[in-house]
Amino acid sequence: MTQHLELADVEWRRVSPKLIVAQLIGDGIGAVVMLGLTGLLHVFFPEWRILGIPVAWTVTIIVALATLIPLALTPRRVRAIGYQLRDDDLLFRRGILFQRFVAVPYGRMQLVDINRGPLSRALGLSELKFVTAAAATGVTIPGLPEAEADRLRDELVELAESRRAGL
Amino acid sequence: MTDHQERPGEPLDAAPPSPELLPAPATDLTDGNWHRLHPASPLLRGGIALLAILGVVLANLRERLIEIFFPTGFESDDPFDLLLETGYLPWFLAGIAAVLLVLILGFYISWRMHSFRVTEEVVEVRSGIVFRTNRKARLDRIQGINISRPFIARLFGAAKLEINQAGNDANVELTYLGSAHADDLRRDILLLASGTRRAERAAETPAAGGTIEQRVSEFLAPELDPNAAPPESVVKLNPGRLLGSIVLSEGTIFLLLLIIGAIVGVFTTGEIYPLFAIVPAILGLGGYLVSKFLRSLRYSIAATPDGVRVGFGLLSTTNSTLPPGRIHSVQLSQSLLWRPFGWWQLKVNRASRSSARGAAGEQNTTILPVGDAGDVARVLDLLLPDVADREVIALALSSKGAVDGFTISPARARVVRWFSRLRNGFAKVPGGIVLRRGAIWRDVIVVPDPRLQSVALEQGPLARSLRIAAVRLHTVDGPIFARIGAIDQDDAVRFFGDVATVVVDAGRADRSHRWREHPA
Repeated sequence: MTQHLELADVEWRRVSPKLIVAQLIGDGIGAVVMLGLTGLLHVFFPEWRILGIPVAWTVTIIVALATLIPLALTPRRVRAIGYQLRDDDLLFRRGILFQRFVAVPYGRMQLVDINRGPLSRALGLSELKFVTAAAATGVTIPGLPEAEADRLRDELVELAESRRAGL
Repeated sequence: MTDHQERPGEPLDAAPPSPELLPAPATDLTDGNWHRLHPASPLLRGGIALLAILGVVLANLRERLIEIFFPTGFESDDPFDLLLETGYLPWFLAGIAAVLLVLILGFYISWRMHSFRVTEEVVEVRSGIVFRTNRKARLDRIQGINISRPFIARLFGAAKLEINQAGNDANVELTYLGSAHADDLRRDILLLASGTRRAERAAETPAAGGTIEQRVSEFLAPELDPNAAPPESVVKLNPGRLLGSIVLSEGTIFLLLLIIGAIVGVFTTGEIYPLFAIVPAILGLGGYLVSKFLRSLRYSIAATPDGVRVGFGLLSTTNSTLPPGRIHSVQLSQSLLWRPFGWWQLKVNRASRSSARGAAGEQNTTILPVGDAGDVARVLDLLLPDVADREVIALALSSKGAVDGFTISPARARVVRWFSRLRNGFAKVPGGIVLRRGAIWRDVIVVPDPRLQSVALEQGPLARSLRIAAVRLHTVDGPIFARIGAIDQDDAVRFFGDVATVVVDAGRADRSHRWREHPA
């Protein structure tokens, strides 16, 4: 058993479990659409074989695996998202298979975005995006309850104000 | 902030529209009042089109004119014949004259309406006749100032000043200014931006001499004013080495392969046509290489009090000044072909995108197109004055193994770093972070602490099975991708933590946006 990356002395704040629902619905719709498209193969080329392998079924099985496995991992993926407001910087993590930790000093903040898609809005969730001068920073915290996201935004802006740095 | 309100009716002509006749002190342009650009600007910017129209008309009329003066019974059926036969020619000529008149009037008005001012806090430009544009740029956010002199503009004694701000298409352009004024204006803007107060400035002595003499002396003047920088800080480019570096590049290798391929094609097929097929490619590539060479002649990098000045060009000249603290990361790279000669190329990440091309026809992020270790050391002194221990960087160019404070990949990372395991590493020096990578294609990246935006620690499934991880340093976007992979997991976590702390402290201590206000 190989060990996952872990940082010492960090109490992660997790995002709302409702994000699991939102992502399951969103990804589920995608999976249904993809599977529906492979259904067209069954309708139009039911007898098509390459080297004796039925093409339509092979494609359907591959697409099903490719969409359903990530779907099954959604709860774990959502639980892996975490953030922490440290004294001077924001720490963010996400991913299980591909783990990613980012530390951004508050003073580097250029702006904070709050986005709500139709699905998240129905569930009362917001997505908070912390933008710096480097596009690669990529700190996007999804699945925050609306009130929490607004509070976090104000807190971040305030922290950034008090620790303002140049570019 | 001194706010000079423009009063209607006040003649703007008090400002010198023709600098060569009124050699006003340079300080006049930064007094907070509105000033106009060089009177030839509209002509230089859009006037070429006008000349082209005239040219087309004349070219079409030429034979007709010859026919009028030397009747030879010449016959043709171009549009002018048609016009002549139907009797509409006078109307047509009148139409052209009217269009020209409108254009000239438009140029004049656009020149009248295009003005700029420099105050203690901002540079502001307004332009446009129907659609007015107004752009204000804060001085403490200036990322650099370019002055370029295209050949034709140079003949008119005009120069284009471009003030780089962070972001895409966020530059303030003053096209065109009087050539002599451009350098002074840049110095004054940088002085204001640095946080120096107006009173500290010494009075300028106006340049003497007539218009023609001045123009000629400007044209013949060395690319870099000898008084502007201490000579020991100047790095020049040896034309021989420049030529060599261009010859030993991927472009020429490709060209050679293409030629060989064509010759082989000729002999195997017995046909001559493969030769013709590659002619356009050869012309294109060859032209590109030649222009690359010509553009980089008279190349120099020097330290001026307000930043590093990079200048180059033989006929069209360009030079840009980067104030301190505007370099977000530096990359030194060396291809295998350059290794026998010990040549390195130096690139930087900057926050601004400039339309002006850099030396050697490269992006203007290439600060040193080619240089040896000595040049590199001197340029690093200029670019990264706050990074102590620059010898570590110099040594990192060729060093290998865990020396000079470098932490390298563990032995088990050999499967992902076949040749470069011993070279692949990072080191923390006071004021910056050094990444050393690549055994065949060597490169060294330096990121100054105060410019780091954030830091990331990454691990994928393969890396997890090897217990290695990658650390990526985020700076503003540019050609440099500061990521060091295949580092021992524990080392990487520690490095991530150290960098996160360092970034916070450096960001707090940084004062480079007003670099003279708090001399460190």
